[in-house]
Amino acid sequence: MAKERSLSPEARSILGTQVSRRAVLAGAGGVGAAGLLAACGGGGDGASAENTVRWGNWPLYLDFDEESKTYPTLVKFSEQTGIEAKYFEDYNDNDEFYGKVQAQLKLGEDIGYDVVTPTDWMAARWIRLGYTQKYDTANIPNKVNILDSLASPSYDPNRESTLTWQGIMGGFGWNVQKNPKGIRTLDDLFAPQNKGKIVVLTEMRDTIGVILLGQGVDITKVTEDEFMNAVDFMAKKISDGWIRGVKGNEYAEDLTSGDATAVIGWSGDMFILASENEGKFDFAIPESGGTISGDNLIIPSTASAAGKANGEKMINYYYDPAVAAEVAAYVNYVCPVKGAQAEMEKIAPELATSEYIFPTEKTSSRLNVFRSLTPDEETKWAEAFQQAQGN
Amino acid sequence: MSFPKVRVPYLLLLPGFAFLFTFFILPIINLAQTSTQTPVAGGDTGEYEQTLAFGNYIQAFVENKEQFGRSFLYASLATIFALAIAYPLAYAIAFKSGKFKNILLVLVVAPFFTSFLLRTIAWKQILGEEGFVVPGLRSLNIIGEQTTLTSTSIAVVAGMTYNFLPFMTLPLYASLERIDPRTIEAAGDLYANGITAFRRVTVPLSLPGVVAGTLLTFIPAAGDYVNAAILGSPNTKMIGNVIESRYFKIVDYPTAAALSFTLMAAILILVTLYIRKAGTEELV
Repeated sequence: MAKERSLSPEARSILGTQVSRRAVLAGAGGVGAAGLLAACGGGGDGASAENTVRWGNWPLYLDFDEESKTYPTLVKFSEQTGIEAKYFEDYNDNDEFYGKVQAQLKLGEDIGYDVVTPTDWMAARWIRLGYTQKYDTANIPNKVNILDSLASPSYDPNRESTLTWQGIMGGFGWNVQKNPKGIRTLDDLFAPQNKGKIVVLTEMRDTIGVILLGQGVDITKVTEDEFMNAVDFMAKKISDGWIRGVKGNEYAEDLTSGDATAVIGWSGDMFILASENEGKFDFAIPESGGTISGDNLIIPSTASAAGKANGEKMINYYYDPAVAAEVAAYVNYVCPVKGAQAEMEKIAPELATSEYIFPTEKTSSRLNVFRSLTPDEETKWAEAFQQAQGN
Repeated sequence: MSFPKVRVPYLLLLPGFAFLFTFFILPIINLAQTSTQTPVAGGDTGEYEQTLAFGNYIQAFVENKEQFGRSFLYASLATIFALAIAYPLAYAIAFKSGKFKNILLVLVVAPFFTSFLLRTIAWKQILGEEGFVVPGLRSLNIIGEQTTLTSTSIAVVAGMTYNFLPFMTLPLYASLERIDPRTIEAAGDLYANGITAFRRVTVPLSLPGVVAGTLLTFIPAAGDYVNAAILGSPNTKMIGNVIESRYFKIVDYPTAAALSFTLMAAILILVTLYIRKAGTEELV
């Protein structure tokens, strides 16, 4: 999937300036589609050697130098430590990646990665099933740099086997011409000018989370009835022709092509869309609150001792504020590392004040984490959400 | 030293059999086993045990009959449109193209040089708000300001028709090309006009191509999910999308397996009826 980047001139032009993985993927024609087939292919690398680390991450989620075709921070890591980092951009979708490796995890066979990057709820599933290894904290002194707000998630209260890679805010995105007053509430979203041109995310916790918050429900405590009620609300909006599609990263493409005028979307994409199209698009956290989630660096239970130690050293490296700032300047998602904002002042002062990358206290207080689900709920709720979108 | 003659055919069958056994029979058995499983009580997401729950099939079908119906409707429409487009095309290549025959054949196959996904994504852009089709139709007042083409069943069927067109064209061409022109001349000698000769001679002789082409189009089209995923909306989901979502999103392997089997059975029955009607000798 890493090759996708070379396919789209649109992607290339974005890469020349500023990049986010989700935005560029949307330009390349939709990760959803690619993801459909990615599930069938293998991934990772067969061999686990003494001085290498194999990292599976989401596409375009790490600083990349178009000219040398390398990842500058990763190259520096290798130079500093002598550890060869093999980087795979083949984590396209939580469910699909899980579907691909779960049989090997179950059998305890090497899955081809020493570090993978699942989203919170999926990381929670890996922990629950014993598919992760606890960090050796001696290898990760920088662990203390994690933002306080992210330091104790319910699935890993002491961050013993997960650390946030990047944080993602979910909220409203819109076309400014069609929505000159902006979108702050569900009523604004379902306004007549957006009928049939609304796209919402396939990520259940973001889409239903934003709807629930709009209905005044606390998503950190949501009950099944409340959830199903919100799913029915979405299903009704689909059958009545308000919502055009339920999509992954491709919604950004729909916004640029004019097929969508308002979305429930992700902060990083909207940051890029707004800066690439000179004020044509905007993003806001809903009045009633938005969602926040994170992708996590975890070490699979199948990683060898050497792979694990090397992975930990790499995670430690990325929790260095200066390195984190370098990554954040490229990916534009919420940076989870304390001190990175000060480092950003030195390399890109205009980004150091960006609410997208370093949300203020006030903004953070309006972001909510969807509560963890039990295995039963996970299946049942996902089923309801899928059926609402015609599956 | 030589093999006894009778063993040679079996030896020739061996590679194919070994391949199909490993990559078709074994997975099918596995799928069949999965289809009657139910969740382990208190187990985690994706943990299932064998309970011979054949009710899975009924439930899977009842819950998704709409998508089944849509799959066969879209596949039938795509097959009909593909036939309507491919027949004249194959006819022209076989009889009227002269020295351009090879170039035209290469052009029919040319789309295969790019990925199926990319071609479908290109359709999305062609039919999108900023493509040339929608603004064109709007300026001619054929469609209104609010009407769009992507995320509709029209887009899905159009995409499928396009994607499976070569599968229809090539068998049609192969059987048309084999027709001895003298049979058509003979029809003329027997006072058949052009239309009658076409209807009574060309069409019947090209039927093997029609049968092969429609099967090669209909079968994959019924199970297709890429077109519906990329060009469709929640209201145009096909059974392939449901299976994908059941397998990867809901992690409900039994239902996904039961749906796959039901789809296979439905296609098998339809194809059997069709071949019986058309006659197997038409296939070759």
